[in-house]
Amino acid sequence: MPVSALSIKNLSKHYDSTLAVDNLSFAIEPGEIFGLLGPNGAGKSTTINMISGVTRIGSGQITIFGYDNQRDYRMTRSVVGVMHQEVVIDNFFTIDQALRFHAGYYGVRDDAPWRERLIEHLGLKPHRHKVMIKLSGGLKRRFMIAKALIHRPRLLILDEPTAGVDVELRHTLWAFVREINQQGTTILLTTHYLEEAEQMCDRIAIMNHGQLIALEATSTLLKELGTRSITVHLQTAIKQLPENLFCQGAELNASGTILKLTLSSSQPTGELLRNLNDSGLAIDDIETSRAGLEEIFLQMTKADRVEP
Amino acid sequence: MTPPQKAAFIVWLPFYTLLQKEVRRFLRVASQTLVTPVITAALYLFIFGATLGERISVLEGFSYAQFVVPGLILMGVINNSFSNVASSLFMSRYLGNIVDLLVTPVTPTQFIMAYTLAAMLRGLAVGVVVWVISLFFADLPWAHPLAALAMACLASFLFAQFGIIAAIHANSFDALSMYTNFVILPLIFLGGVFYPISILPPTWAWLSHLNPLFYLIDGFRHALLGVGDLSFLVSFGISSIISLIMFCWAASLIARSYRLRT
Repeated sequence: MPVSALSIKNLSKHYDSTLAVDNLSFAIEPGEIFGLLGPNGAGKSTTINMISGVTRIGSGQITIFGYDNQRDYRMTRSVVGVMHQEVVIDNFFTIDQALRFHAGYYGVRDDAPWRERLIEHLGLKPHRHKVMIKLSGGLKRRFMIAKALIHRPRLLILDEPTAGVDVELRHTLWAFVREINQQGTTILLTTHYLEEAEQMCDRIAIMNHGQLIALEATSTLLKELGTRSITVHLQTAIKQLPENLFCQGAELNASGTILKLTLSSSQPTGELLRNLNDSGLAIDDIETSRAGLEEIFLQMTKADRVEP
Repeated sequence: MTPPQKAAFIVWLPFYTLLQKEVRRFLRVASQTLVTPVITAALYLFIFGATLGERISVLEGFSYAQFVVPGLILMGVINNSFSNVASSLFMSRYLGNIVDLLVTPVTPTQFIMAYTLAAMLRGLAVGVVVWVISLFFADLPWAHPLAALAMACLASFLFAQFGIIAAIHANSFDALSMYTNFVILPLIFLGGVFYPISILPPTWAWLSHLNPLFYLIDGFRHALLGVGDLSFLVSFGISSIISLIMFCWAASLIARSYRLRT
């Protein structure tokens, strides 16, 4: 049986009296793009910091490609690359120098062609000899991606990589992540842009209050938890909703020509069409739209949300 | 784009890289890290060597300039070894880029060795330049050159450890500067850089024996001039014990990643 790229078992972490991560368990298989989602304070960054070694494990176990990240920390850290949420740079050095140093920290010799490719691919070539302090925010983020990849990690962790970056960089980044993934690098990412997670991730885990509240293949999550919004345009206005549609939760607009209702994933559209037909309504047009990850995410996390 | 095959892990490379980075860091701001301390030492040498020193005699058979030069060299070594590691490590903690090291396979031993060696290199480099400048003011007999080198290395090692300890315990730049202003500076000035402890009243002389700098300075001066308040072996032995204690303290902080990992 192949070992998981990342396996987390019963992971917990307290900060004083706050339980940041609560008995978390999941595994990521080699070659996956795995999304870890959750509202602010859900425990995503704490989890990532425990995986990468920045934060001590409270209790539980993390193994990376079969190696324990406490006992065999040199092995696990050498196969993990991390792009942190905060911009972390050393202002003294240029992009080129900092990348060389970073390879050395990981115990691998500077591989000039690989460094060159990363610099070129991430659009850093014109800036490679600039000291960090002179780089724009977007360039610093690009550099951080290169830094996370300089030692060719088998597991790449991206913690909010697109937070506060422009559209162009987001596109560059995701294209790059896909390419790296196709070459065999496993990806663990967190993002607040749920549309991106929907498009990028094979599987998605949702965390809230330090706990795992969902873990599914992205398509399954959308299918099982997704809803469909139906908008029916009528040829002639009606004054009152027919009983059978009212029971389904339909709403009529003020002019009486548009009715809207939401179907859960288990409710077939055919049943609605039958009801419309039985009611004798003359239909002009029907629009349907599937709820995305954003709606599912809000639904799943709103139950525990406390109003400020 | 095809990523090349995973390269082999070289055990010593993380240490060497961190050392290289630390050395380049202080070379990059050489005007602050090397030139400024040398100018300060040169001013002391001018005052105590060429002006006041002509009128003072504290050690029979030696001019005041000859007496004070070993202390000034060691003061440069101590201040700069401490400052190098204290400012670099504290800045890394303060700016958060320490996580760049925490996520890598750099071991605690490599971490402490690299920071210590870089600090020693800066301290000793300043010491050598101060000695070269001192040649204009005083000619030292160099009674035991290897012993002098050993004492200078010990002093820089000890204060590199103190720098690590200060950088980890300090919560602000103010707190860090307090280590320099309220610990190192009084220890240096009361440790016998400018006067021999033997000329002090008995109580003050006894109190000076509690100052670890006294043993370092006296041992270094003894190695250079051939005379000191204590025997060289006593100074060297006590300095070694203090260095070992400071090393164990610093090593225990780094090994536990105290205030480094959350």
